[in-house]
Amino acid sequence: MAIIEAKGLARDFTSRKRTVHAVRGVDLTVEEGEIVGFLGPNGAGKTTTLRMLTTLLRPTAGTAVVAGADLLRDPLGVRKRIGFVPQAIGQTQGGTSDNSLVIEELLDQGTAYRVGREETRRRAAALIEQLDLGGLDQRYVKTLSGGQRRRLEIALGLVHQPPLVFLDEPTTGLDPQSRSNMWEHIRRLRSDLGTTVFLTTHYLDEADALCDRLFVIDHGVTVAVGTPDELKRRVSGDVVTLSVNGATEAARPLLAASPVVREITETDGSLRLTVDHGEEALPVLLRTLDGASITMSAISLSRPTLDDVFLTLTGRSLRDDSPGGGGGADGAGGEPELASAGATTTGTAGKEF
Amino acid sequence: MSFISDTLFVYRRQQRLILRVPVFLIVGVLQPILYLALFGPLLTKLPAGTLSGGAGNGGTAEAYRFFVPGLLIQLALFGSTFVGFAIISEWRAGIIERYRVTPISRVALLTGRVMRDVVTLIVQSTVLILAGLAFGLRAPLGAVLLSYVYLVLVAIGLSSLSYAVALQLKSEDAFAPLVNSVVVPLILLSGIMLPMTLGPGWLQGIARVSPFRYIIDAMREAYAGRYWDAITVEGLCVAVGTAAVLLWLGSRVFVTENA
Repeated sequence: MAIIEAKGLARDFTSRKRTVHAVRGVDLTVEEGEIVGFLGPNGAGKTTTLRMLTTLLRPTAGTAVVAGADLLRDPLGVRKRIGFVPQAIGQTQGGTSDNSLVIEELLDQGTAYRVGREETRRRAAALIEQLDLGGLDQRYVKTLSGGQRRRLEIALGLVHQPPLVFLDEPTTGLDPQSRSNMWEHIRRLRSDLGTTVFLTTHYLDEADALCDRLFVIDHGVTVAVGTPDELKRRVSGDVVTLSVNGATEAARPLLAASPVVREITETDGSLRLTVDHGEEALPVLLRTLDGASITMSAISLSRPTLDDVFLTLTGRSLRDDSPGGGGGADGAGGEPELASAGATTTGTAGKEF
Repeated sequence: MSFISDTLFVYRRQQRLILRVPVFLIVGVLQPILYLALFGPLLTKLPAGTLSGGAGNGGTAEAYRFFVPGLLIQLALFGSTFVGFAIISEWRAGIIERYRVTPISRVALLTGRVMRDVVTLIVQSTVLILAGLAFGLRAPLGAVLLSYVYLVLVAIGLSSLSYAVALQLKSEDAFAPLVNSVVVPLILLSGIMLPMTLGPGWLQGIARVSPFRYIIDAMREAYAGRYWDAITVEGLCVAVGTAAVLLWLGSRVFVTENA
């Protein structure tokens, strides 16, 4: 059974008498045990959708069943069964209090979810172990490093052992080492606890490395769904570049006739082949050339990146909108991300730091 | 009764956090004590009856029976309206949202904080009353106890309002001028420093809009030994009504799904 089933989720904001359609109609199906990524540039509607799914924002339209509870009729049921780790950078931060001790935050979270005191202690100890927070339990939150604090925030989302956890930009603002470390922790959530993970990100490498399936969102609608590989394949296929010593003229018609080759061009004495499935095409191409006794001096396979996918699907590159780069407020094509600004806020909409 | 246990949970957490930075509690009560020490003596030289509408005997007794209730309300007004600043920084830290996604009652996120503010005010008021005694306040014990009822009601209403407004504005830059432009006229119109009866008719008329004016009058009435007359009943009704309406308003803001 699907753990998230959303149909036509939409949310409008009215800000200074202007209606902004932050999310125009998102359909989502997430199966139990999946790690699903929600990918999109700033202002695409990622956070707004996440806030709707976590009962922080009431949808203007649409329905959803999240972790077995109806989002509109039983929001409390949803809250009991999900974990939520807010984004750490932006208008609001990750949800920990500077002047609390690490252990206090964990114990309070257990109380908030009605987990017994002793049980919370046991789980807190396990989470401290799992998330490399050992020895920090009596430290003030304000003394933690960025990565430690982020791991604490993740731990807080897991104290009640939810079957489904929402991570909003889990690694934004972390250094590269902490990021790959965090990916490891997120993978283990699924492998050790069977937790379904729904995360938003605007890092392509993160989506690629971590997610089983991606929803690409732009201007408030889902523009593509699939595994990272499927999405890349939809773009243009893989590219094989090969050099044959002085036999380019002979090799070209042979390769062009091969059923796996979609397109062939010649640049700087090497041949550039567009193929559907690179890894399956390579042996075929090798055999073809071998059969004609043509020796190859070099061959390489390059696959489209998610950035290519993004460019094809949305007409803009994710990298133009990279984190901290000013966000949607001054981006040429982006609408301000109104997600956390709320409906009645004036002046602060879309402001990020 | 999970609402009550949720409120107590939020209260305990908030109490723990405020005790980590107790400087605000001390600063809060320091200001009225300065008024008591540096302004109170000016009132002791006024002609008998000036501060009590003719009933007093003048001197220290009349002055502090008049002034201490006023300062208590001033303490409550400042202390309670400024609590909103704390919730803006909590909101910015993502703490409000974190708890809004837990099964905790969203109203308890408000009531637990209000409870913390009420307890804070009770402690601060006690310090202020003791300081008042040292300066020469003499009032019946019943009156002093009754003033806590009024103070608690004022704190419930104003803290709720402050949290609700702050959570809507989400910006200290907008909240600070708003608080100042509301609190200063309220304090001036409530007759904290001098009785409103000294003023011209139009000013007395305007002062009628401040609910705290009725509350202060009722407290002063009690300090003069009159617990049950039209003034005290009126004051109590205004205090209960104001607290109820503002608490209800605050709860609405905390329950809505896009605050």
